[in-house]
Amino acid sequence: MSTPPVSTPLGTPKIRIRGLHKAFGSKIVLDGVDLDVEAGTSMVIIGGSGSGKSVLLRCILGLIEPDAGTIEIDGENLLTASRSKQDALRRQIGMLFQNGALFDSMSVGENVAFGVRAKHSDRNGATPSRTQALQIAGGLLEQVGLDPSVGELSPSELSGGMQKRVGLARAIAGSPNIMFFDEPTTGLDPIMGAVIDGLIVDCVQKLGSTAIAITHDMASAQRIGNRAAMLYRGKLIWQGEASELMNSGNAMVDQFTHGRREGPITMELRK
Amino acid sequence: MNAVLDPIAALGRAALGLIKQAGALALFALEALSHLVRPPFYWRIFFSSLIETGFFSLPVVALTALFSGAVIALQSYVGFGQYHVQSAIAGIVVLAVTRELGPVLAGLMVAGRVGAAMSAQIGTMRVTDQIDALTTLSTDPMKYLVTPRLLAGTLALPCLVLVADILGVMGGFTVSVAKLGFSPSTYITATLDSLKTMDVVVGLVKAAVFGFLIALLGCYNGYNSRGGAEGVGSATTAAVVGASILLLLFDYLLTDLFFSQ
Repeated sequence: MSTPPVSTPLGTPKIRIRGLHKAFGSKIVLDGVDLDVEAGTSMVIIGGSGSGKSVLLRCILGLIEPDAGTIEIDGENLLTASRSKQDALRRQIGMLFQNGALFDSMSVGENVAFGVRAKHSDRNGATPSRTQALQIAGGLLEQVGLDPSVGELSPSELSGGMQKRVGLARAIAGSPNIMFFDEPTTGLDPIMGAVIDGLIVDCVQKLGSTAIAITHDMASAQRIGNRAAMLYRGKLIWQGEASELMNSGNAMVDQFTHGRREGPITMELRK
Repeated sequence: MNAVLDPIAALGRAALGLIKQAGALALFALEALSHLVRPPFYWRIFFSSLIETGFFSLPVVALTALFSGAVIALQSYVGFGQYHVQSAIAGIVVLAVTRELGPVLAGLMVAGRVGAAMSAQIGTMRVTDQIDALTTLSTDPMKYLVTPRLLAGTLALPCLVLVADILGVMGGFTVSVAKLGFSPSTYITATLDSLKTMDVVVGLVKAAVFGFLIALLGCYNGYNSRGGAEGVGSATTAAVVGASILLLLFDYLLTDLFFSQ
Protein backbone atom coordinates (compact mmCIF):
# COMPACT_ATOMS: atom_id res chain seq x y z
CA MET A 1 0.00 0.00 0.00
CA SER A 2 2.67 2.51 0.92
CA THR A 3 5.11 4.03 -1.52
CA PRO A 4 8.48 2.29 -1.31
CA PRO A 5 10.90 4.51 0.61
CA VAL A 6 13.23 6.39 -1.69
CA SER A 7 16.78 6.66 -0.45
CA THR A 8 17.95 10.25 -0.35
CA PRO A 9 21.73 10.67 -0.42
CA LEU A 10 23.01 11.78 2.96
CA GLY A 11 22.85 15.55 3.38
CA THR A 12 20.76 15.97 0.23
CA PRO A 13 17.45 17.78 0.72
CA LYS A 14 14.35 15.91 -0.39
CA ILE A 15 13.56 18.84 -2.69
CA ARG A 16 16.22 21.27 -3.88
CA ILE A 17 15.39 24.19 -6.15
CA ARG A 18 18.06 26.42 -7.63
CA GLY A 19 17.73 29.55 -9.76
CA LEU A 20 14.17 28.84 -10.86
CA HIS A 21 12.90 31.37 -13.39
CA LYS A 22 9.52 31.59 -15.04
CA ALA A 23 7.96 34.43 -16.99
CA PHE A 24 4.65 34.69 -18.81
CA GLY A 25 5.34 37.15 -21.62
CA SER A 26 6.96 40.18 -20.00
CA LYS A 27 5.60 39.29 -16.54
CA ILE A 28 8.31 37.64 -14.44
CA VAL A 29 6.62 35.30 -11.98
CA LEU A 30 9.61 33.41 -10.56
CA ASP A 31 12.88 35.27 -10.46
CA GLY A 32 15.69 32.98 -9.36
CA VAL A 33 14.08 31.00 -6.57
CA ASP A 34 16.41 28.87 -4.41
CA LEU A 35 14.76 26.57 -1.89
CA ASP A 36 15.72 23.46 0.07
CA VAL A 37 13.14 21.28 1.75
CA GLU A 38 14.59 18.63 4.03
CA ALA A 39 12.98 15.18 4.21
CA GLY A 40 10.18 15.04 6.74
CA THR A 41 9.83 18.83 6.82
CA SER A 42 6.53 20.63 6.38
CA MET A 43 7.42 23.81 4.52
CA VAL A 44 4.85 26.58 4.30
CA ILE A 45 5.26 29.17 1.58
CA ILE A 46 3.43 32.44 2.10
CA GLY A 47 3.08 35.44 -0.15
CA GLY A 48 0.55 37.76 -1.69
CA SER A 49 -1.62 36.99 -4.67
CA GLY A 50 0.49 36.79 -7.82
CA SER A 51 3.74 36.36 -5.92
CA GLY A 52 4.44 33.07 -7.72
CA LYS A 53 3.52 30.50 -5.06
CA SER A 54 1.18 28.43 -7.22
CA VAL A 55 3.52 28.66 -10.21
CA LEU A 56 6.35 27.32 -8.04
CA LEU A 57 4.27 24.28 -7.06
CA ARG A 58 3.16 23.74 -10.63
CA CYS A 59 6.76 23.85 -11.85
CA ILE A 60 7.70 21.11 -9.37
CA LEU A 61 4.67 19.06 -10.42
CA GLY A 62 5.61 19.41 -14.09
CA LEU A 63 2.39 21.25 -14.92
CA ILE A 64 4.39 24.30 -16.00
CA GLU A 65 7.82 24.22 -17.60
CA PRO A 66 10.23 26.70 -16.01
CA ASP A 67 12.40 28.90 -18.21
CA ALA A 68 15.59 28.21 -16.26
CA GLY A 69 16.85 26.62 -13.06
CA THR A 70 16.92 23.17 -11.53
CA ILE A 71 14.41 21.20 -9.48
CA GLU A 72 15.86 18.16 -7.73
CA ILE A 73 13.96 15.46 -5.91
CA ASP A 74 16.19 13.03 -4.02
CA GLY A 75 19.16 14.55 -5.84
CA GLU A 76 17.75 13.88 -9.35
CA ASN A 77 17.14 16.91 -11.56
CA LEU A 78 13.54 16.65 -12.68
CA LEU A 79 14.03 18.93 -15.65
CA THR A 80 16.84 16.95 -17.30
CA ALA A 81 15.84 13.44 -16.24
CA SER A 82 14.35 10.99 -18.73
CA ARG A 83 10.57 10.99 -19.09
CA SER A 84 10.25 7.70 -17.20
CA LYS A 85 12.48 8.98 -14.41
CA GLN A 86 10.46 12.19 -14.19
CA ASP A 87 7.28 10.15 -13.98
CA ALA A 88 8.77 7.96 -11.26
CA LEU A 89 9.90 10.97 -9.23
CA ARG A 90 6.57 12.76 -9.60
CA ARG A 91 4.72 9.58 -8.70
CA GLN A 92 5.92 10.17 -5.15
CA ILE A 93 3.92 13.40 -5.00
CA GLY A 94 0.35 13.79 -3.77
CA MET A 95 -1.44 17.07 -4.36
CA LEU A 96 -4.42 18.74 -2.70
CA PHE A 97 -5.75 21.43 -5.01
CA GLN A 98 -7.25 24.69 -3.79
CA ASN A 99 -10.78 23.82 -4.91
CA GLY A 100 -10.39 20.07 -4.44
CA ALA A 101 -10.38 19.50 -8.22
CA LEU A 102 -12.64 16.48 -7.82
CA PHE A 103 -13.75 14.83 -11.06
CA ASP A 104 -17.38 15.84 -11.38
CA SER A 105 -18.16 13.00 -13.78
CA MET A 106 -17.47 10.49 -10.98
CA SER A 107 -18.95 9.84 -7.57
CA VAL A 108 -16.94 10.76 -4.48
CA GLY A 109 -15.96 7.11 -3.95
CA GLU A 110 -14.88 6.76 -7.58
CA ASN A 111 -12.74 9.90 -7.22
CA VAL A 112 -10.79 8.38 -4.37
CA ALA A 113 -10.75 4.95 -6.02
CA PHE A 114 -9.28 6.61 -9.13
CA GLY A 115 -6.35 7.76 -6.99
CA VAL A 116 -5.98 4.25 -5.56
CA ARG A 117 -5.94 2.57 -8.98
CA ALA A 118 -3.82 5.23 -10.71
CA LYS A 119 -1.04 5.19 -8.13
CA HIS A 120 -1.02 1.41 -7.68
CA SER A 121 -1.01 0.59 -11.37
CA ASP A 122 2.11 2.74 -11.69
CA ARG A 123 4.26 0.52 -9.62
CA ASN A 124 4.17 -2.52 -11.87
CA GLY A 125 2.13 -4.23 -9.19
CA ALA A 126 -1.32 -5.66 -9.63
CA THR A 127 -3.87 -2.90 -10.09
CA PRO A 128 -6.69 -3.29 -7.56
CA SER A 129 -10.02 -4.17 -9.14
CA ARG A 130 -12.68 -1.47 -9.21
CA THR A 131 -14.45 -3.10 -6.25
CA GLN A 132 -11.24 -3.41 -4.26
CA ALA A 133 -10.33 0.20 -5.02
CA LEU A 134 -13.76 1.36 -3.85
CA GLN A 135 -13.28 -0.58 -0.61
CA ILE A 136 -9.87 1.04 -0.06
CA ALA A 137 -11.46 4.41 -0.90
CA GLY A 138 -14.04 3.85 1.85
CA GLY A 139 -11.22 3.39 4.35
CA LEU A 140 -9.48 6.54 3.10
CA LEU A 141 -12.71 8.52 3.45
CA GLU A 142 -12.96 7.34 7.05
CA GLN A 143 -9.35 8.40 7.57
CA VAL A 144 -10.28 11.98 6.66
CA GLY A 145 -13.33 11.94 8.91
CA LEU A 146 -16.03 11.13 6.37
CA ASP A 147 -18.53 8.32 6.49
CA PRO A 148 -17.84 5.81 3.68
CA SER A 149 -21.48 6.27 2.56
CA VAL A 150 -20.43 9.73 1.33
CA GLY A 151 -18.69 7.81 -1.45
CA GLU A 152 -22.00 7.36 -3.24
CA LEU A 153 -22.62 11.11 -3.51
CA SER A 154 -21.58 13.35 -6.35
CA PRO A 155 -18.87 15.97 -5.58
CA SER A 156 -21.36 18.78 -6.24
CA GLU A 157 -23.48 17.54 -3.32
CA LEU A 158 -20.65 18.18 -0.85
CA SER A 159 -19.76 21.32 1.09
CA GLY A 160 -16.39 23.01 0.45
CA GLY A 161 -14.89 21.44 3.56
CA MET A 162 -16.06 17.97 2.58
CA GLN A 163 -14.67 18.44 -0.93
CA LYS A 164 -11.29 19.33 0.58
CA ARG A 165 -11.41 16.18 2.70
CA VAL A 166 -12.23 14.04 -0.33
CA GLY A 167 -9.40 15.76 -2.22
CA LEU A 168 -7.09 14.90 0.67
CA ALA A 169 -8.27 11.28 0.69
CA ARG A 170 -7.55 11.06 -3.06
CA ALA A 171 -4.13 12.72 -2.59
CA ILE A 172 -3.04 10.24 0.10
CA ALA A 173 -4.41 7.24 -1.83
CA GLY A 174 -0.95 6.45 -3.16
CA SER A 175 0.77 7.01 0.21
CA PRO A 176 2.99 9.71 -1.28
CA ASN A 177 6.45 10.60 0.03
CA ILE A 178 5.87 14.25 -0.86
CA MET A 179 2.64 16.18 -0.43
CA PHE A 180 1.67 19.58 -1.82
CA PHE A 181 -1.20 21.65 -0.48
CA ASP A 182 -2.44 24.61 -2.50
CA GLU A 183 -4.18 27.02 -0.12
CA PRO A 184 -5.89 24.23 1.79
CA THR A 185 -8.11 26.46 3.97
CA THR A 186 -9.21 29.01 1.36
CA GLY A 187 -12.98 29.42 1.36
CA LEU A 188 -13.50 27.53 4.61
CA ASP A 189 -14.77 28.85 7.93
CA PRO A 190 -12.13 29.03 10.71
CA ILE A 191 -13.31 25.86 12.44
CA MET A 192 -13.38 23.83 9.24
CA GLY A 193 -10.00 25.35 8.32
CA ALA A 194 -8.58 24.09 11.61
CA VAL A 195 -10.12 20.65 11.00
CA ILE A 196 -8.54 20.42 7.54
CA ASP A 197 -5.19 21.57 8.93
CA GLY A 198 -5.41 18.90 11.61
CA LEU A 199 -6.13 16.23 9.00
CA ILE A 200 -3.22 17.44 6.88
CA VAL A 201 -0.83 17.28 9.83
CA ASP A 202 -2.11 13.79 10.76
CA CYS A 203 -1.77 12.49 7.20
CA VAL A 204 1.71 13.94 6.70
CA GLN A 205 2.91 12.52 10.02
CA LYS A 206 1.33 9.12 9.43
CA LEU A 207 2.92 8.82 6.00
CA GLY A 208 6.22 10.39 7.08
CA SER A 209 5.95 12.65 4.04
CA THR A 210 7.74 15.85 3.15
CA ALA A 211 5.17 18.60 2.62
CA ILE A 212 4.97 21.96 0.91
CA ALA A 213 1.89 24.08 1.55
CA ILE A 214 1.15 27.48 0.11
CA THR A 215 -1.27 29.69 1.97
CA HIS A 216 -2.37 33.21 2.85
CA ASP A 217 -3.78 32.02 6.15
CA MET A 218 -1.28 32.67 8.96
CA ALA A 219 -3.09 30.50 11.50
CA SER A 220 -3.08 27.64 9.01
CA ALA A 221 0.59 28.25 8.15
CA GLN A 222 1.58 27.91 11.80
CA ARG A 223 -0.55 24.81 12.32
CA ILE A 224 0.72 22.96 9.24
CA GLY A 225 4.36 24.01 8.94
CA ASN A 226 7.52 23.62 10.87
CA ARG A 227 9.47 25.67 8.31
CA ALA A 228 8.27 28.72 6.40
CA ALA A 229 9.35 30.91 3.51
CA MET A 230 7.95 34.03 1.87
CA LEU A 231 7.79 34.79 -1.84
CA TYR A 232 7.53 38.39 -2.99
CA ARG A 233 7.51 39.36 -6.65
CA GLY A 234 8.96 36.02 -7.65
CA LYS A 235 11.83 36.05 -5.17
CA LEU A 236 12.21 34.15 -1.93
CA ILE A 237 12.80 36.98 0.55
CA TRP A 238 12.77 35.05 3.83
CA GLN A 239 13.07 31.52 5.22
CA GLY A 240 12.85 30.44 8.83
CA GLU A 241 10.96 28.46 11.41
CA ALA A 242 7.18 28.56 11.05
CA SER A 243 6.98 29.57 14.72
CA GLU A 244 8.88 32.77 13.83
CA LEU A 245 6.36 33.81 11.18
CA MET A 246 4.60 36.43 13.28
CA ASN A 247 7.86 37.84 14.58
CA SER A 248 10.40 37.24 11.85
CA GLY A 249 12.35 40.48 12.11
CA ASN A 250 11.87 40.97 8.35
CA ALA A 251 9.83 44.10 7.65
CA MET A 252 8.06 42.60 4.61
CA VAL A 253 7.19 39.33 6.34
CA ASP A 254 5.94 41.17 9.41
CA GLN A 255 3.80 43.50 7.33
CA PHE A 256 2.31 40.52 5.46
CA THR A 257 1.72 38.28 8.46
CA HIS A 258 0.14 41.09 10.50
CA GLY A 259 -1.86 42.39 7.53
CA ARG A 260 -0.62 45.98 7.81
CA ARG A 261 -1.46 48.45 5.05
CA GLU A 262 1.69 50.50 5.62
CA GLY A 263 5.10 48.99 5.03
CA PRO A 264 7.61 48.07 2.35
CA ILE A 265 5.09 45.95 0.41
CA THR A 266 3.05 48.14 -1.87
CA MET A 267 -0.10 47.10 -3.67
CA GLU A 268 0.29 46.77 -7.41
CA LEU A 269 -2.81 48.37 -8.80
CA ARG A 270 -1.76 47.75 -12.36
CA LYS A 271 1.28 46.01 -13.74
CA MET B 1 2.22 54.57 -46.82
CA ASN B 2 0.81 53.10 -43.61
CA ALA B 3 -2.64 53.09 -45.12
CA VAL B 4 -1.33 50.65 -47.71
CA LEU B 5 0.96 48.57 -45.51
CA ASP B 6 -1.22 48.25 -42.41
CA PRO B 7 -3.94 46.12 -44.03
CA ILE B 8 -1.27 43.93 -45.61
CA ALA B 9 0.46 43.54 -42.25
CA ALA B 10 -2.86 42.68 -40.61
CA LEU B 11 -3.53 40.12 -43.32
CA GLY B 12 -0.08 38.65 -42.78
CA ARG B 13 -0.61 38.43 -39.03
CA ALA B 14 -3.95 36.73 -39.54
CA ALA B 15 -2.38 34.24 -41.97
CA LEU B 16 0.47 33.50 -39.56
CA GLY B 17 -2.04 33.06 -36.73
CA LEU B 18 -4.03 30.62 -38.84
CA ILE B 19 -0.90 28.62 -39.72
CA LYS B 20 0.11 28.54 -36.05
CA GLN B 21 -3.35 27.29 -35.07
CA ALA B 22 -3.28 24.64 -37.78
CA GLY B 23 0.15 23.49 -36.61
CA ALA B 24 -0.94 23.34 -32.98
CA LEU B 25 -4.06 21.37 -33.98
CA ALA B 26 -2.00 18.92 -36.04
CA LEU B 27 0.48 18.34 -33.19
CA PHE B 28 -2.41 17.87 -30.77
CA ALA B 29 -3.97 15.29 -33.10
CA LEU B 30 -0.67 13.46 -33.58
CA GLU B 31 -0.05 13.26 -29.85
CA ALA B 32 -3.56 11.98 -29.23
CA LEU B 33 -3.25 9.39 -32.00
CA SER B 34 0.13 8.20 -30.70
CA HIS B 35 -1.65 7.05 -27.53
CA LEU B 36 -3.71 4.59 -29.58
CA VAL B 37 -0.67 2.33 -29.82
CA ARG B 38 0.65 2.94 -26.30
CA PRO B 39 -1.18 1.20 -23.47
CA PRO B 40 -3.17 1.63 -21.35
CA PHE B 41 -6.30 2.42 -23.36
CA TYR B 42 -9.30 3.70 -21.39
CA TRP B 43 -12.09 1.50 -22.74
CA ARG B 44 -14.73 2.80 -20.33
CA ILE B 45 -14.21 6.38 -21.53
CA PHE B 46 -14.24 5.13 -25.14
CA PHE B 47 -17.54 3.23 -24.77
CA SER B 48 -19.21 6.05 -22.87
CA SER B 49 -18.12 8.52 -25.62
CA LEU B 50 -19.31 6.08 -28.27
CA ILE B 51 -22.75 5.91 -26.67
CA GLU B 52 -22.85 9.67 -26.13
CA THR B 53 -21.79 10.42 -29.72
CA GLY B 54 -23.57 7.61 -31.52
CA PHE B 55 -26.61 6.48 -29.62
CA PHE B 56 -27.76 9.77 -28.10
CA SER B 57 -27.31 11.64 -31.40
CA LEU B 58 -29.61 9.19 -33.19
CA PRO B 59 -32.90 11.12 -32.72
CA VAL B 60 -31.60 14.44 -34.01
CA VAL B 61 -29.71 12.87 -36.91
CA ALA B 62 -32.67 10.64 -37.80
CA LEU B 63 -35.15 13.53 -37.87
CA THR B 64 -32.78 15.73 -39.87
CA ALA B 65 -32.20 12.98 -42.44
CA LEU B 66 -35.89 12.09 -42.70
CA PHE B 67 -36.98 15.65 -43.38
CA SER B 68 -34.05 16.37 -45.69
CA GLY B 69 -34.94 13.40 -47.88
CA ALA B 70 -38.55 14.54 -47.92
CA VAL B 71 -37.61 18.12 -48.85
CA ILE B 72 -35.34 16.99 -51.69
CA ALA B 73 -38.15 14.89 -53.12
CA LEU B 74 -40.54 17.84 -52.97
CA GLN B 75 -38.09 20.37 -54.39
CA SER B 76 -36.96 17.99 -57.15
CA TYR B 77 -40.54 17.31 -58.12
CA VAL B 78 -41.19 21.03 -58.60
CA GLY B 79 -37.90 21.63 -60.41
CA PHE B 80 -37.92 18.51 -62.56
CA GLY B 81 -41.55 19.06 -63.46
CA GLN B 82 -40.43 21.87 -65.77
CA TYR B 83 -38.44 19.35 -67.80
CA HIS B 84 -40.87 16.42 -67.38
CA VAL B 85 -38.21 14.25 -65.70
CA GLN B 86 -39.97 13.62 -62.38
CA SER B 87 -38.98 9.97 -62.68
CA ALA B 88 -35.42 10.96 -61.77
CA ILE B 89 -36.50 11.97 -58.25
CA ALA B 90 -35.71 8.61 -56.64
CA GLY B 91 -32.20 8.67 -58.09
CA ILE B 92 -31.62 12.27 -57.04
CA VAL B 93 -32.78 11.59 -53.48
CA VAL B 94 -30.56 8.54 -53.03
CA LEU B 95 -27.59 10.25 -54.65
CA ALA B 96 -27.92 13.46 -52.62
CA VAL B 97 -28.51 11.64 -49.35
CA THR B 98 -25.74 9.06 -49.59
CA ARG B 99 -23.11 11.30 -51.12
CA GLU B 100 -23.74 14.61 -49.40
CA LEU B 101 -26.70 15.23 -47.13
CA GLY B 102 -26.31 12.18 -44.94
CA PRO B 103 -22.68 12.79 -43.95
CA VAL B 104 -22.79 16.60 -43.96
CA LEU B 105 -26.06 17.08 -42.07
CA ALA B 106 -25.26 14.32 -39.58
CA GLY B 107 -21.82 15.88 -39.13
CA LEU B 108 -23.22 19.35 -38.53
CA MET B 109 -25.79 18.02 -36.05
CA VAL B 110 -23.13 16.06 -34.17
CA ALA B 111 -20.78 19.06 -34.21
CA GLY B 112 -23.46 21.14 -32.52
CA ARG B 113 -24.42 18.46 -30.04
CA VAL B 114 -21.33 16.42 -29.26
CA GLY B 115 -18.49 18.76 -30.26
CA ALA B 116 -19.92 21.45 -28.00
CA ALA B 117 -20.41 18.99 -25.14
CA MET B 118 -16.85 17.65 -25.44
CA SER B 119 -15.42 21.15 -25.47
CA ALA B 120 -17.51 22.30 -22.51
CA GLN B 121 -16.72 19.20 -20.47
CA ILE B 122 -12.98 19.22 -21.06
CA GLY B 123 -12.87 23.02 -20.79
CA THR B 124 -14.57 22.92 -17.40
CA MET B 125 -12.10 20.26 -16.32
CA ARG B 126 -9.27 22.54 -17.43
CA VAL B 127 -10.44 25.66 -15.58
CA THR B 128 -11.28 23.74 -12.39
CA ASP B 129 -7.84 22.05 -12.24
CA GLN B 130 -9.30 18.59 -12.92
CA ILE B 131 -6.90 18.08 -15.82
CA ASP B 132 -3.95 19.03 -13.62
CA ALA B 133 -5.33 16.65 -10.99
CA LEU B 134 -5.23 13.84 -13.58
CA THR B 135 -1.55 14.59 -14.20
CA THR B 136 -0.76 14.51 -10.47
CA LEU B 137 -2.51 11.13 -10.33
CA SER B 138 -0.05 9.76 -12.91
CA THR B 139 -2.69 9.75 -15.64
CA ASP B 140 -1.89 11.34 -18.99
CA PRO B 141 -4.82 13.67 -19.75
CA MET B 142 -4.38 13.28 -23.50
CA LYS B 143 -4.54 9.51 -23.21
CA TYR B 144 -7.46 9.62 -20.78
CA LEU B 145 -9.60 12.43 -22.18
CA VAL B 146 -8.74 12.93 -25.84
CA THR B 147 -7.72 9.63 -27.47
CA PRO B 148 -10.87 7.66 -26.52
CA ARG B 149 -13.09 10.53 -27.70
CA LEU B 150 -11.28 10.80 -31.05
CA LEU B 151 -11.70 7.09 -31.68
CA ALA B 152 -15.34 7.17 -30.57
CA GLY B 153 -16.11 10.13 -32.86
CA THR B 154 -14.40 8.45 -35.82
CA LEU B 155 -16.35 5.21 -35.37
CA ALA B 156 -19.73 6.62 -34.28
CA LEU B 157 -20.39 9.00 -37.15
CA PRO B 158 -20.29 6.37 -39.96
CA CYS B 159 -22.89 4.37 -38.02
CA LEU B 160 -25.06 7.47 -37.68
CA VAL B 161 -24.65 8.26 -41.36
CA LEU B 162 -25.72 4.75 -42.32
CA VAL B 163 -28.93 5.33 -40.38
CA ALA B 164 -29.25 8.82 -41.89
CA ASP B 165 -28.87 7.37 -45.41
CA ILE B 166 -31.68 4.87 -44.83
CA LEU B 167 -33.98 7.42 -43.21
CA GLY B 168 -33.22 10.10 -45.81
CA VAL B 169 -34.23 7.73 -48.59
CA MET B 170 -37.29 6.74 -46.59
CA GLY B 171 -38.23 10.43 -46.25
CA GLY B 172 -38.05 10.86 -49.99
CA PHE B 173 -39.99 7.64 -50.54
CA THR B 174 -42.75 8.65 -48.11
CA VAL B 175 -43.31 12.05 -49.70
CA SER B 176 -43.07 10.70 -53.24
CA VAL B 177 -45.57 7.93 -52.62
CA ALA B 178 -47.97 9.63 -50.21
CA LYS B 179 -47.98 13.12 -51.66
CA LEU B 180 -46.63 13.06 -55.20
CA GLY B 181 -48.43 9.93 -56.38
CA PHE B 182 -45.45 7.68 -57.21
CA SER B 183 -45.93 3.94 -57.24
CA PRO B 184 -44.03 2.39 -54.30
CA SER B 185 -42.57 -0.43 -56.37
CA THR B 186 -41.46 1.92 -59.17
CA TYR B 187 -39.85 4.27 -56.63
CA ILE B 188 -38.02 1.43 -54.86
CA THR B 189 -36.82 -0.02 -58.16
CA ALA B 190 -35.56 3.38 -59.31
CA THR B 191 -33.84 3.89 -55.94
CA LEU B 192 -32.08 0.52 -56.10
CA ASP B 193 -31.04 1.14 -59.69
CA SER B 194 -29.46 4.47 -58.73
CA LEU B 195 -27.85 3.23 -55.51
CA LYS B 196 -24.14 2.67 -55.94
CA THR B 197 -21.91 0.99 -53.37
CA MET B 198 -19.21 3.58 -54.03
CA ASP B 199 -21.56 6.43 -53.05
CA VAL B 200 -22.39 4.80 -49.74
CA VAL B 201 -18.78 3.88 -49.00
CA VAL B 202 -17.49 7.37 -49.78
CA GLY B 203 -20.26 8.82 -47.61
CA LEU B 204 -19.11 6.61 -44.75
CA VAL B 205 -15.46 7.57 -45.31
CA LYS B 206 -16.51 11.22 -45.19
CA ALA B 207 -18.44 10.52 -41.99
CA ALA B 208 -15.38 8.96 -40.35
CA VAL B 209 -13.29 12.01 -41.26
CA PHE B 210 -16.01 14.36 -40.01
CA GLY B 211 -16.36 12.42 -36.76
CA PHE B 212 -12.62 12.66 -36.19
CA LEU B 213 -12.63 16.41 -36.93
CA ILE B 214 -15.60 17.10 -34.64
CA ALA B 215 -14.02 15.24 -31.72
CA LEU B 216 -10.61 16.79 -32.44
CA LEU B 217 -11.94 20.36 -32.45
CA GLY B 218 -14.08 19.72 -29.36
CA CYS B 219 -11.17 18.24 -27.41
CA TYR B 220 -8.59 20.75 -28.66
CA ASN B 221 -10.62 23.83 -27.82
CA GLY B 222 -11.71 22.45 -24.45
CA TYR B 223 -8.19 21.31 -23.56
CA ASN B 224 -6.75 24.74 -24.33
CA SER B 225 -9.52 26.82 -22.77
CA ARG B 226 -8.53 29.48 -20.26
CA GLY B 227 -10.20 32.04 -18.07
CA GLY B 228 -13.16 30.49 -16.28
CA ALA B 229 -16.74 30.33 -17.54
CA GLU B 230 -16.17 32.86 -20.30
CA GLY B 231 -13.18 30.91 -21.58
CA VAL B 232 -15.17 27.68 -21.62
CA GLY B 233 -17.99 29.44 -23.49
CA SER B 234 -15.57 30.79 -26.09
CA ALA B 235 -13.94 27.38 -26.45
CA THR B 236 -17.32 25.76 -27.03
CA THR B 237 -18.25 28.30 -29.69
CA ALA B 238 -14.85 27.88 -31.36
CA ALA B 239 -15.25 24.10 -31.31
CA VAL B 240 -18.62 24.16 -33.08
CA VAL B 241 -17.74 26.88 -35.57
CA GLY B 242 -14.30 25.41 -36.29
CA ALA B 243 -15.66 21.88 -36.72
CA SER B 244 -18.46 23.08 -39.02
CA ILE B 245 -16.06 25.00 -41.25
CA LEU B 246 -13.48 22.21 -41.37
CA LEU B 247 -16.24 19.71 -42.05
CA LEU B 248 -17.41 21.64 -45.10
CA LEU B 249 -13.83 22.18 -46.28
CA PHE B 250 -13.04 18.47 -46.01
CA ASP B 251 -16.37 17.64 -47.64
CA TYR B 252 -15.23 19.57 -50.68
CA LEU B 253 -11.74 18.02 -50.64
CA LEU B 254 -13.06 14.46 -50.30
CA THR B 255 -15.72 15.01 -52.96
CA ASP B 256 -13.02 16.33 -55.27
CA LEU B 257 -10.81 13.37 -54.45
CA PHE B 258 -13.43 10.68 -55.04
CA PHE B 259 -15.85 12.07 -57.58
CA SER B 260 -14.15 14.66 -59.80
CA GLN B 261 -13.22 12.71 -62.91
